[in-house]
Amino acid sequence: MTVDTAATSNRGAADGEPELVQLLTPEGQRIPHERYDALIDDITADEIRGFYRDLVLSRRIDSEAVSLQRQGELGLWASMLGQEAAQVGSSRALRRQDHVFPTYREHAVAWCRGVDPAQLLGLFRGVDQGSWDPAQNNFHLYTIVIGAQTLHATGYAMGVQRDGANGTGDPDRDAAVIAYFGDGATSQGDVSESFIWASVNNAPVVFFCQNNQWAISEPLERQTRVPLYRRAHGFGFPGLRVDGNDVLACLAVTREALQRARDGEGPSLIEAFTYRMGAHTTTDDPTRYRLDTELEHWRLKDPIERVKAYMIRSEMADQAFFEQIEAEADDMAERLRRECRALPDPAPDSIFDQVYVDTPPTLLAQRDEMVRYLDSFADEEASR
Amino acid sequence: MTSNASTLTLAKALNAGLRRSMENDPKVLMMGEDVGKLGGVFRVTDGLQKDFGEDRVIDTPLAESGIIGTAVGLALRGYRPVCEIQFDGFVFPGYDQLVTQVAKMHFRSGGRLRLPIVVRIPYGGGIGAVEHHSESPEAYFAHTPGLKVVTCANPIDAYWMLQDAISADDPIIFFEPKRRYYEKAEVDLDNHPGIGLHASRVVRDGSDVTVATYGPMVKTCLEAAVAAEDEERSLEIIDLRTLSPLDLDPVYESVRRTGRLVVVHEAQRTLGIGTEVAARVTEECFYSLEAPVVRVTGYDTPYPPARIEDDYLPDLDRVLDGVDRALAY
Repeated sequence: MTVDTAATSNRGAADGEPELVQLLTPEGQRIPHERYDALIDDITADEIRGFYRDLVLSRRIDSEAVSLQRQGELGLWASMLGQEAAQVGSSRALRRQDHVFPTYREHAVAWCRGVDPAQLLGLFRGVDQGSWDPAQNNFHLYTIVIGAQTLHATGYAMGVQRDGANGTGDPDRDAAVIAYFGDGATSQGDVSESFIWASVNNAPVVFFCQNNQWAISEPLERQTRVPLYRRAHGFGFPGLRVDGNDVLACLAVTREALQRARDGEGPSLIEAFTYRMGAHTTTDDPTRYRLDTELEHWRLKDPIERVKAYMIRSEMADQAFFEQIEAEADDMAERLRRECRALPDPAPDSIFDQVYVDTPPTLLAQRDEMVRYLDSFADEEASR
Repeated sequence: MTSNASTLTLAKALNAGLRRSMENDPKVLMMGEDVGKLGGVFRVTDGLQKDFGEDRVIDTPLAESGIIGTAVGLALRGYRPVCEIQFDGFVFPGYDQLVTQVAKMHFRSGGRLRLPIVVRIPYGGGIGAVEHHSESPEAYFAHTPGLKVVTCANPIDAYWMLQDAISADDPIIFFEPKRRYYEKAEVDLDNHPGIGLHASRVVRDGSDVTVATYGPMVKTCLEAAVAAEDEERSLEIIDLRTLSPLDLDPVYESVRRTGRLVVVHEAQRTLGIGTEVAARVTEECFYSLEAPVVRVTGYDTPYPPARIEDDYLPDLDRVLDGVDRALAY
């Protein structure tokens, strides 16, 4: 176990930095862990190569989206640069029947759940507010109100309990729910309330907090005086801190927490200690509030580079493999650009269609009013 | 048709409606503070936990955002949660979840997701309560696209409207007139009266002035209509029942005959339900109106201390005063 204090030497807990679970050092060295080695001892070289592919392709989705925003094709993008390992490691621990409640930054989780990357763009292009079917991949829509989804995840987990889909011992039936949120969200009342609900109901939910050190411009010490993972203890369930830039460690600890949930043993909190290498969103300017040296420090802990070093070190992949992944990323990026530009604007009067399941006549009258108004311009055009 | 009639208070009628909904659909859940063993502070959920178990009648932690937020998750999993907010003034910690999440989920998912959630809120004053226990916050919810808002005024509507709300697929805020919880009526428990959940209704025919009202004020206005008879004034009383969407066709029809409209509610006046009714009636019945639409409402102040609430709340005399003003033109 490695304790890394350098990144937070000026903002740690008063009693020193906590231990964090790490299986892969920033240099790509696989280090043994008494507890967590067993949780990933089934992972094959093929799966490691798969994780590498997930990391590279999801980072490429992210960087392409930033470019598309700069080109005016997207109104906004929330970059996850630097958080790929936390997202890939945790979501590769999920089973098909598990359910995910993301924030708006979980692009690599979406990728791992099988959501078409082009579908992630609609919300940011302004043509929809989440176009994928949550039931198809058990991946809920992005939630923008900070922390609100942690309650949805907890309620969903209470439903899992009531369906008897929990604690039966059947690996294909027992389900868990995972709620993603950030360090800033931990200050929201909804997050504390979800901890309470999950705890007293023993709900099968894993709270996966990506502590990326910044809530827009506010550093962690504006949100907490204790390490976030320790909050769990006050609510009566386990919490731990993991190296969020270590895909293997994130996989291991999330596997453990999910299984605990599936087995009916209740919730857990994972604090994935990572870093938001990019801006909060494309409208943000981090140079106003943080130092380049901090970014440089975290670059040395890049989540992708360490997997690559590990693979080379243990001869899991050769140059041809890495080139093949790059080529695949290029192809995907080209497709993403094309599909983004082809995303159609919705019809103006479509806003009336899904306000309600049972649309009231008063709203239908407003739709008619809009259509008549818009059509009046068509009549003008025609009469010219 | 067989008739299974029973004389019930409004609170008991709600209880019977909840019980019937839980019997009819195993996905229906109750959740809220003290709804289990205690049966709710007004006993509306009395006996339900005993008969349906703790998994279906959930005593929740004391946090309203948590109640609404976890109801969202339960609904996404296929359940039909019925949330109880203990008192009107305590809904606001859950307001964010209602407005930003519950109201928008169907819309933002392109129609894929449905949240068949009912939020029951005892509302209104006149019970001598301390602050935050007598409010009428219905307009906040009626102003929110994606939510529907209804309110019952008598035990028959309490029994049937609540069941209709629970079986509907849209989220519905169900306001219960708490000062009328102990009003009694004979309720036919088997035969639906046939009126839709989102329909208003003429509850007393009249010819001189139309009075549109809802919830706790329906009884007040009916009493005012009886008193007005002594002065040979005929009031037509309309129970709006549904506040979002509004169903104003019966109001338009009535105003075209009477030419005069008084809207009565306990809630404060500015941008209240009466404001919207007045605007729409002006749009639809402009040439029939003999007088401006009169609003008889609570005043634009915080709800007052209980010892002076009778001066704040519309009562029979204030309704008649409003009728006088409408007839003065």
